[in-house]
Amino acid sequence: MDETGSSDVLARYEPLVDDVEAFRAACRRPLPSAVRVNTLRTTVERAPRALNAEGIDHERVAWHPHLLKLDGQSGANWPYVQGWLHGQEEVSALPARVLDPDPGQRVWDACAAPGSKTTQLAALMDDRGLVVATDDNLGRLSALRSNTERLGATSVAVTNEDARVHSLSPFGEEPYDRALVDVPCSCEGTVRKNPDTLAEWTLEHVLGIAGAQKGILRRAVQATRPGGTVVYSTCTFAPEENEGVLDYVLDEEPCRLVEFDLPLASSPGVTGWEGEEFDPSVARARRIYPHQNDTGGFFCAKLEVTG
Amino acid sequence: MGEHERDDSEDEDGTGESPTNDGHRFDRLPATAEERVVPDRPTRREVLDWWDERFGVEPVVFDSHTFWERGDGKIWAFREELATPVEIEALGMTFLRTRQEHWKPTMAAIQRFGEHATRNVVHLDRERAAEFLAGRDQELDWDGDWGYLVVTHDLAGRPEPLGVGLYVYGELRSQVPKGRRRDLDG
Ligand SMILES: C[S@@+](CC[C@H](N)C(=O)[O-])C[C@H]1O[C@@H](n2cnc3c(N)ncnc32)[C@H](O)[C@@H]1O
Repeated sequence: MDETGSSDVLARYEPLVDDVEAFRAACRRPLPSAVRVNTLRTTVERAPRALNAEGIDHERVAWHPHLLKLDGQSGANWPYVQGWLHGQEEVSALPARVLDPDPGQRVWDACAAPGSKTTQLAALMDDRGLVVATDDNLGRLSALRSNTERLGATSVAVTNEDARVHSLSPFGEEPYDRALVDVPCSCEGTVRKNPDTLAEWTLEHVLGIAGAQKGILRRAVQATRPGGTVVYSTCTFAPEENEGVLDYVLDEEPCRLVEFDLPLASSPGVTGWEGEEFDPSVARARRIYPHQNDTGGFFCAKLEVTG
Repeated sequence: MGEHERDDSEDEDGTGESPTNDGHRFDRLPATAEERVVPDRPTRREVLDWWDERFGVEPVVFDSHTFWERGDGKIWAFREELATPVEIEALGMTFLRTRQEHWKPTMAAIQRFGEHATRNVVHLDRERAAEFLAGRDQELDWDGDWGYLVVTHDLAGRPEPLGVGLYVYGELRSQVPKGRRRDLDG
C-alpha cells in the first residue's frame, strides 16, 4: 500500500526504470498545463501575443514550436474562444508528429475522441486531405465535434463505430496512407494529472483492454496501404498493453516496427516481461517516463505496413 | 424579420426527418438547379451566391470545399470529395442553415471564412465583444441592412471574426450557441 492507500501499482515498473527515486517523485508532482497553438487559425507568433495581451503567463516548450506551457487553465480566454489554442499536454503531441502526415493524404484516427490529435493531424496537413476520426463513444464524439468546429478543421469525417470493425465503405473502400492508433488504456502515465487512476487499477482490466488494443491495431494495419505508416500510442507503462500488443500484431499482420527519432528523452521498448519474451524489434518502440522530461508517461511505436 | 431561432447546438440533429431529407446521412448539394433532384434542396450555386451577396465573400474562397445537407436545411462544408450519400456522424464543419427564409451561417463558418467578408461586418470593442460572447443582446448604431452580421473584434492587434449577430430593431442579438458562450471580462 502506498500513501494513498491503494496498492502500489508503480512498484511493478521499478525494474524497468533507470532511476526509481526520480520516477516516483515525478509521478507525485502535478503536471503543468500546456496548450497547442492551432496553426489552422493563427501563427506561433500571434498566439503568444494574444496571451500576453490577456496577461496570461506562458513559456514556449523547447522541443515543439507549437506548444506553450501555461500558468493555470487554458479554456477561458479570448485566444481559446477564437480557436487559436487547444489544451494538450506535451507527450500527447508526440504521436501525430511521429505519424507526420502530408497535406492531401488519407489518414485514419482510430480512437479519436476528444480530438486533440485529430485536430493536430488536420493542422499538420493544413486541413487538406481526409482525416477520418473514429470513436465508439458518442458522448466523447460530441466533445470531438466541438473541438473540430472551434479549431476550424473542415477535413475531418467522423464515424461512430468499434474501430475493430471499421468500415471503409463511406470512403470509397480505399486504404489509408497513415493511421494513428491512440488506444484506450489503463492510463497509468496520467497519474500526475489524475492521481485516482491507480486506485482503480487491476490486472484483469489491463489484460481485458489489451485484447481490445490488439483488435484495433490489427484493423489499422489492414486498413492502411502497403508502404503506409501506423503509429501506436498509449499513456500506460504496462508492457501487456504496449510491447505485448505489438508482439501480437507483428505475428498476425504484415507489418514491421521501424526506428524513429523523438525530440524528447526516452527509453527503448522492453523485449521481455514477467517471463514472456517479445519479438526483439519491439525495442524500436519508445517509452517515456515522467521523470525523463518532466511530462506525463507515454508509449509510442511506429509501424510500416509491408503487404 | 420574424422569429429567428437561436441554435443551442449547431450540429446536432434535433429535427425529425422529412421525406426529402434523411437526418442520418449527408447528401451532396447539386451544383445547379438543373441538377436538383430533391425539391427545395439548395444548390451549390445558391450557397455561393448567398455568401457573395450577403457578406461579399467571393465564390473562389470555397473552391476546395464541397457542400452537403443532412437533415432539413443543415448545410456542411467539407474539404474533400466523397461519393454521395455518406452515412456517417459528421462531415467537415457545420456551415449554414437554410430552412428559414433568412439563411444563417454558423459561428464555426464565420470564424473560419469570415475574414473574407467585406460587407455586413460589424466591429465591436472588447467590452461589447464580451457581451456578445456571453450571449447577451445589445443596442447598436448600425445603418446597414437588418439581418445576420459578421461580428469581429481585435485580437493580437488585428480584427478577427468572432461569430454571428442578428441586427434587428436597433439591437445586435448574439447568436453564439449556448455551448460556446463564455463570460470573459472586457
Ligand atoms: C486515449 S483516448 C483517445 C484520445 C484522443 N486520441 C485524443 O487525442 O484526443 C481512447 C478513446 O478510444 C475510444 N475507444 C475505446 N474503445 C474503442 C473501440 N473499440 N473503437 C473505437 N474507439 C474506442 C474511447 O472512447 C476513447 O475516446
